[in-house]
Amino acid sequence: MEKEELRIGVFVCKCGSNIAGYLDVEALDEYASALPNVVFTQWNLYTCSDVGLDEIKKGIKEQNLNRVVVASCSPRTHEPLFRSICAEAELNPYLFEMVNIRDQCSWVHMNEREPAMAKARDLIRMGVAKAALLEPQEIITSEVEVRALVIGGGIAGLTAATSLANRGFPVILLEKEKELGGMLRSLNRLAPMDVDASEVISKKIKEAEDHPNIDVYTGAAIDKVEGFIGKFDVTFSANGTTKDVRLGVVIIATGAGNLVPEGMYQYDGQKVITQWELEEKLKIGKIDGNNVVMIQCVGARSAERQYCSRICCAVAIKNAILIKQMNPAAKVYILYRDIMAYGVENEEELRKAKQLGVRFVKYDPERPPVVEEDKVTVFHHLMGKELELPQDMVVLSTPLIASEDAVKIANLFRVTLDENKFFLEAHVKLRPLDCATDGIFLCGSAHYPKDVRESILQALGAASRASIPLAQGEIKIEPIISTFVDRDACRGCGLCVALCPYGALEIEETDEGRKANIITVACKGCGVCAATCFRHALGINSFTDEQIQAQIHGFLAA
Amino acid sequence: MSKDILVIGGGIAGMQASLDLADMGLQVHMVEKLPCIGGKMAQLDKTFPTNDCAM
Ligand SMILES: Cc1cc2nc3c(=O)[nH]c(=O)nc-3n(C[C@H](O)[C@H](O)[C@H](O)COP(=O)(O)OP(=O)(O)OC[C@H]3O[C@@H](n4cnc5c(N)ncnc54)[C@H](O)[C@@H]3O)c2cc1C
Repeated sequence: MEKEELRIGVFVCKCGSNIAGYLDVEALDEYASALPNVVFTQWNLYTCSDVGLDEIKKGIKEQNLNRVVVASCSPRTHEPLFRSICAEAELNPYLFEMVNIRDQCSWVHMNEREPAMAKARDLIRMGVAKAALLEPQEIITSEVEVRALVIGGGIAGLTAATSLANRGFPVILLEKEKELGGMLRSLNRLAPMDVDASEVISKKIKEAEDHPNIDVYTGAAIDKVEGFIGKFDVTFSANGTTKDVRLGVVIIATGAGNLVPEGMYQYDGQKVITQWELEEKLKIGKIDGNNVVMIQCVGARSAERQYCSRICCAVAIKNAILIKQMNPAAKVYILYRDIMAYGVENEEELRKAKQLGVRFVKYDPERPPVVEEDKVTVFHHLMGKELELPQDMVVLSTPLIASEDAVKIANLFRVTLDENKFFLEAHVKLRPLDCATDGIFLCGSAHYPKDVRESILQALGAASRASIPLAQGEIKIEPIISTFVDRDACRGCGLCVALCPYGALEIEETDEGRKANIITVACKGCGVCAATCFRHALGINSFTDEQIQAQIHGFLAA
Repeated sequence: MSKDILVIGGGIAGMQASLDLADMGLQVHMVEKLPCIGGKMAQLDKTFPTNDCAM
């Protein structure tokens, strides 16, 4: 094939004053125009604005550019945009190179203008040198098995499963207990709407069990997971039989556990109980005595467990109201640190509790309440003196804690947990329903302590997100991944297999002997394999040895 | 039944809903009363809890 003439266009961005405030962008533009193979340059106020993007398109069309370099900000945020603009102008989007003269230059060298200019020139020269060697790449597509797995049959899992099933997708729902329903099976009434928990959950259970698109397995345990988005191969056992299934997406809804406050505040499960145990008593309508003292944040917001469990204030308020309604003569105290009654309905409940005569006393964690045989002593923060409250029952509000299965599930699916072993989302603000591993989503209190409303909200959201690959039937994968540059050189040593963090490599017996095999859909292009392969058999598209060497030579050519 | 969807409002919520629906293969019509989309978030510099650039 005849080698096409290189026609590189360089677009240097001012980024308002972010770059232009510290670097002479117009001088950089002029500098770039003299670099090898550069036929066109242009500076922009904002290259990412409509005007700036049009300039790139115009450059490609009118100047017949076959490589584009943008010297601006971070590829993390803007590379996809610039690539898509190249594609719109019918240039292969992988013939694009980005040079970061903002985050790595103007921002960090604000007070060193001349050296910063020299560095910007170096960076641009290196980018141009690499661009000359870029090769076109094609997006990889992979089929998606149109079936979802939902793990956990509490309110979150049931809601997610039903939502997916209603869209027409087949769902497998796994619950480890003998019965579906999770925590709501044991709760009494639900705040803030004062509805019966069993009623709410039995409706959901029936809906899921009767749904033709949902296969429910109770008493289930997952044994093995292989694969990746679109093709998760899961082995599970349920009631004595083992099954292998292939699934396109997975939703984790394994819920949370309750902290048992052993050794705290004289907890004995009889006279000093948890809210969880109080729910049971309220269910059968059996509360002894008139004096109830509730203590908030027991085992939460402490050195050992720093987080706020969020639901406990609403739970205490709910149960205090129920006790007052059953027995208006009851004296109910809630000893708290801060009241988390967020949202309109919870605030309303708080007001209602106060109207009914529930007393709220703020305590100082440095001077926590002391529980004795028939009284609780607490230092009243505002009055500045000790109060002695008679008690017939003490109720401890303990936090929801990570499910005991969290670590096992996280290891099986290679997803991350936070420091408290709750499942971690891909981005706390921008991707709150996705796990960092593609094709795996999360909802309910598996993620963080949540009330029913929030669990349902997140379940519906996770089901929506999971629907995207299922509806598309295929996924598109970035082609900047591991490839063989010299397959003959591979001896099948397996070093790359052991080091790949994504399980994207395996060893195969082939006619030519043992060879590594790249599972392209699982590869994220991190480059660990290429860096490890001492036989130089593996490389990374768009980060080839030649391209990196060209950058180094470009740097030295100053 | 028509499979086109109307999304009213082009802030972060409207944009995310539109993008996800479009990714599911549906035709979305997003309307925004201002001349540009982005809503409040586009006017913010950094947003908690990650304090990254809101743009
Ligand atoms: C005392 C108390 C009172 C509450 N009161 C209220 C209230 O009034 N109003 C309100 O809105 N919320 C209330 N809540 C919160 C409510 O219980 C939660 O919002 C709800 O349970 C969350 O649902 P979930 O499906 O995420 O988790 P869960 O209900 O915990 O369900 C998770 C399910 O996953 C299953 N599971 C776990 N691991 C696996 C595995 N490895 N494989 C398969 N299945 C697995 C579990 O067995 C369980 O069935 C209260 C909570 C407590 C503790």
